[in-house]
Amino acid sequence: MKIDKETVEKVAHLARLEVNEEEKDTFAHQLSDILDHAEKLNELDTDDVEPTAHVLPIKNVFREDKVEDSLDRELALSNAPDKDKGMFKVPKIVE
Amino acid sequence: MLDGYEMTVGLEIHAQLDTNTKIFCSCKNEFGGEPNTHTCPICLGLPGTLPVLNEKAVDYIIKAGLALNCEIATFSKFDRKNYFYADLPKAYQISQFDLPFCEDGEVKINPEGEEEMIVGITRIHLEEDAGKLNHDGDISNANSSLVDYNRVGTPLIEIVSEPDIHSPAQAIAYLKKIRSILEYIGVSDCDMSQGSMRADVNISIAPVGSDKLGTRTELKNMNSFKAIEKALYYEPKRQKKVLESGGEIVQGTMTWDDEAGKTRAMRSKEEAHDYRYFPEPDLVPVVVDDQWVAKIKEEIPELPDTRQKRYVEELGIPEYDAGVITADRQMADFFEGVVSDYDNAKAVSNWMMGDFLRLLNEEDITISEVKFEPKDLAQMLKLMDDGIISSKIAKTVFEEMFATGKTPDTIVEEKGLKQISDSSELENIVSKVLEENQSAVDDYNSGNKNVIGFLVGQTMKATRGKANPGMVNKILREKLEG
Ligand SMILES: [Zn+2]
Repeated sequence: MKIDKETVEKVAHLARLEVNEEEKDTFAHQLSDILDHAEKLNELDTDDVEPTAHVLPIKNVFREDKVEDSLDRELALSNAPDKDKGMFKVPKIVE
Repeated sequence: MLDGYEMTVGLEIHAQLDTNTKIFCSCKNEFGGEPNTHTCPICLGLPGTLPVLNEKAVDYIIKAGLALNCEIATFSKFDRKNYFYADLPKAYQISQFDLPFCEDGEVKINPEGEEEMIVGITRIHLEEDAGKLNHDGDISNANSSLVDYNRVGTPLIEIVSEPDIHSPAQAIAYLKKIRSILEYIGVSDCDMSQGSMRADVNISIAPVGSDKLGTRTELKNMNSFKAIEKALYYEPKRQKKVLESGGEIVQGTMTWDDEAGKTRAMRSKEEAHDYRYFPEPDLVPVVVDDQWVAKIKEEIPELPDTRQKRYVEELGIPEYDAGVITADRQMADFFEGVVSDYDNAKAVSNWMMGDFLRLLNEEDITISEVKFEPKDLAQMLKLMDDGIISSKIAKTVFEEMFATGKTPDTIVEEKGLKQISDSSELENIVSKVLEENQSAVDDYNSGNKNVIGFLVGQTMKATRGKANPGMVNKILREKLEG
């Protein structure tokens, strides 16, 4: 499958990554190669194979609904680049 | 209102589940709390942490699914919904994409002024709530937002309706019915003012008879029935105007401006959301067997529809009254408490539908905040039946019960409200009233028999409503005719 420059730009934007023109070409090639490689799997006949939801053959892993201690607020905020009034301070977001 | 066009409404109801802990970590699941005091490395999305599913949240979604007549999936899984927003520390929300816990449900509704109808439920899935953004003062002047992550990871169910709803009344009846059922089964308190129930509302219009739906607009996170109803009157008309002037509906998110009473387009994004769902690698699938479903089924109480039917058939109260009383579980439980102490269910429902509801609305409180007990109302009704208080005085007693929580006996005693049924005492009072109202007596004697109503009124007034009205009537007639 051929990945063009626009697709690279779109994927980069969705991931909030900045890529320069040169990188766009490189990634377009590399992504195309990766998809071509994965495409090989389509040669297999999987008609009788159940779709896989998870790579591990386990199910039903649960936690009991019992409250445990949360983090101390100062600790929770300790890695925040900016904080105010006990909250994480971020650039204004308007939709 | 839309001649030539029909509206179609889709509702996605989000309800927070009332579990003790969050969905994927052991932090307390609680509304409010000081900002960021209910967080841990898991719900803050710190690297290297792993979510573990709260079994109770699965119990609750199965319960909701059964109460809403859904098929419960035997195999279910979680998926990642990817987007960047400051209320979502992991930059993805754990949700469900193609294998939700519940599908194909339905609910019966009675829209005001319309026929009873069925609304289909496409699916119910389980996901985590996001955090809360706060703005200092005026949002347009602020240059930063403050984030509180207490709400991150609150278990949420999303209930998606089929496109069966075609009027504001139907939408409101559907929302109220879902809220009522979720409250009955105790999985969510559905308090819209606290955001524990909110809805995304999709609205489109199409020419009547068309088998294709029109382009829809969406109002997100609506948390008041009134606002939803107003928006559902406004938005289809706006769409009709656009279409009739040759324009096109732009699919997208709108916001409801309650003050202006209109919808507004939100700043359009350069591109539509691309959530890139993929199976959540940090959580394994959930297999729900028949035994699990059977166990939950046993925990489901009598639901509002069944209760309403029972009240009509077994207790003989009108269907409408039964509908109002059973819509709120606390109200229905209160009603049953009174009826277990007092035989005349119709009288109980009259009081509940009348003065009780009126006072609840006036004081803006819920049944759980009411100061008196069901047995007190039963006792008050018995006092009326026994002729100890008149129906007029009962109103006073009821208001006093409501205000103070005192028992009817105490109130009657303290305020001296006992009905006067002693005939010699009443005769004295009536004689006095007749003396003081000679002109009315003259009117009566000259043929205006209606004036007796006035004289009854005067007697009641002289006794501050405590006279037995039947006896007053009788004594007055005897004296006037005599
Ligand atoms: Zn946590």
